[in-house]
Amino acid sequence: MDKTERSEIISILVVNEPGVTARLGSLFARRGFNIDSFTASPTNDPKLTRITIATTGDDRKFDQMLTQTAKQEFVKTVDIMSAKSIYRELLLLKVKADKKDRSQIKEIVEIYRGRIVDLSRKSMIIELTGSSEKIDGFMDMMSCYDLIDVCRTGVTGINRGDAGISDSSEE
Amino acid sequence: MRVNGSQLVMEVLLQHGVDTIFGYPGGAALNLYDALYEYSDRIRSVTTAHEQGASHAADGYARATGKTGVCFATSGPGATNLVTGIATAFMDSVPLVAITANVPDSLIGRDAFQEVSISNIVIPITKHQYFVNRIEDLEDALYNAFRIAASDRKGPVLVDITKDVTAAMTNFKPRKPMPINPLPAFSKENLKRVADMINASQKPVIYCGGGVAASNAGDELLQLMDKAGIPAAHTLMSAGVIGYDNPKNLGMAGMHGTIAANKAFDRADLMIALGTRFSDRVALNPEKFGKRAQKIQIDIDTSELNKNVVVDIGITADIKDFLTELLPLIKKNGHEEWLDLATGWKKTTGDVKSGDAELHPSEIIGSVCDMTDKETIYVTDVGQHQMWAAQYLKHEHTRQFLTSGGLGTMGYGYGAAIGAQIGRPEARVIHFTGDGSFHMNLNEGVTAVSENLPIITIIMNNQVLGMVYQWQNIFYESRYSATDPHRKTNFVKIAEGFGAKGFTAETPAEFEEVFAKALKEKGPVWIDCHIAKSEYVYPMIPGGGTIEDMIIG
Repeated sequence: MDKTERSEIISILVVNEPGVTARLGSLFARRGFNIDSFTASPTNDPKLTRITIATTGDDRKFDQMLTQTAKQEFVKTVDIMSAKSIYRELLLLKVKADKKDRSQIKEIVEIYRGRIVDLSRKSMIIELTGSSEKIDGFMDMMSCYDLIDVCRTGVTGINRGDAGISDSSEE
Repeated sequence: MRVNGSQLVMEVLLQHGVDTIFGYPGGAALNLYDALYEYSDRIRSVTTAHEQGASHAADGYARATGKTGVCFATSGPGATNLVTGIATAFMDSVPLVAITANVPDSLIGRDAFQEVSISNIVIPITKHQYFVNRIEDLEDALYNAFRIAASDRKGPVLVDITKDVTAAMTNFKPRKPMPINPLPAFSKENLKRVADMINASQKPVIYCGGGVAASNAGDELLQLMDKAGIPAAHTLMSAGVIGYDNPKNLGMAGMHGTIAANKAFDRADLMIALGTRFSDRVALNPEKFGKRAQKIQIDIDTSELNKNVVVDIGITADIKDFLTELLPLIKKNGHEEWLDLATGWKKTTGDVKSGDAELHPSEIIGSVCDMTDKETIYVTDVGQHQMWAAQYLKHEHTRQFLTSGGLGTMGYGYGAAIGAQIGRPEARVIHFTGDGSFHMNLNEGVTAVSENLPIITIIMNNQVLGMVYQWQNIFYESRYSATDPHRKTNFVKIAEGFGAKGFTAETPAEFEEVFAKALKEKGPVWIDCHIAKSEYVYPMIPGGGTIEDMIIG
């Protein structure tokens, strides 16, 4: 088994009921699995929730993560997502921006295809979606400004083509 | 039929063949206990001294009978007192349904009197948890709880019910229990690969764990051992799976295991691990464990494969199911040379009787074996006496050696013995304990008296907390921190104070005499056996060590 650490996106379909995130959080905490980001929302079937977790580990850790998660009563499916899947994250950023900064920031936002969604005399709010790498890049560019609040949703993902998330991993 | 929530609980218990529950009443559980009063002709309610005792009793009942154990507790401290028992059952894969009452739903989340979120507390130590605050969810939660507890790798499930639900009215139509989950499927290719590995092996050894006992695969295991000429060693959890007299039985493996078992694991070219998780008490050093062997691991729980030790092939399967299909593919083989070598490492068990006047643990256990029949159920607490019992008892069958293996719960024994004796009234229950463990839950003596249970408790009393004392002697330059508490307990008087019988034994002859008397008693008996604090458990491989580090003693 390969012992080198890598990042993966895990997609988990769970029963939509109270306490599911507590149980999953408890499992990840007690088994020493990392959670870099965590997103959850109901699916087209309101009885099910899709949870997407960005995490790091080696082969053995991922093996444990999948098998320990799969045996939970509330878990329907759990898969490591393919690198070819489409991943998106949403960033909402509030930054100090007075008259002299405003046009510079607007230029950066346009390059990254973001949007300015709120403007006041001394600040603005920027909305940006994209891959985590793109948002990291944007954040790097913005780091020289005076940031007030940074809110990232964490990554979510979906497969290309016709196959559902759990279908593709069984191929 | 029209029932309230508490009557619904009783009806579902009856549907699942539950004839006994262990528990303790309380404010939030008043309705549940009122229903128990009404159903007392069909469900026996055993009230313990403490809820921990109830959870261990339900566990002991389950281990001794193979049925799912059930315990009841009220909200708050009643529920939290179950936690150690639930964790004990979880670590040893014992099917258990714990039913707790919580405060009324209108008070949930308000830090009401005796309110605790037990369903959240037990997340890491149960297979699943239900918090039921709507009467319409209760029936499904209970049926599923029994299905989950007995399915796949067995274990505890908790159902927490708010008090208003225990009183709410609903309709119930009796229905059979849900079928347990189907056994995992395995491929023909994997089956063939395993058969090929076994057929090609020169020095195979079987490493069998609690999963063999849980799946009732004892017969298939013996057939495999005989057909392919394979010696086998067992873990603490599978004592009795291979009969004591079986010449291919190498004994217990691990930290306090036999030389033969540990040496065979070290020298084998193939290790067949059945229903076991390579725990740190057997695979003490996961990198060097069975280092010469290719490893096959079969377990019903996929997450156990490769968890502690990386194996060459891991297959998710029920052990009995797998061995049944494997056996026809196995070629007859004697492996005479290897068998001679491996079984030759077995220490010829000399006379356990030393001949001196002192009472030794081996003599106590030897006499107990000689004076009891083969149906006897032995229950232990945790510590030196537990290891001596594991080493010296002549284990013949599963479900007759009840011990807290995974969690190592001191105080497990008396509650478990009560559950076992109630579940198997025709068998005699012998409870081995140490003075340390027994002090933790000896309060359950009151339960044994109330229920008039003929449990014989043998206290190996060395005045110290022996296992830790032994480690302090060997690894901490005899700095006996907190292990020599100078207690002045008179166990005979406590036994009598509870309404039980108490005896003392200081010599082998005295022990045999009082044990013979104890066997004639109809109620609980305690025997305070004075042993020396210099009695240590050997052999011993320190944590993280290998066979090279074994201390023979």
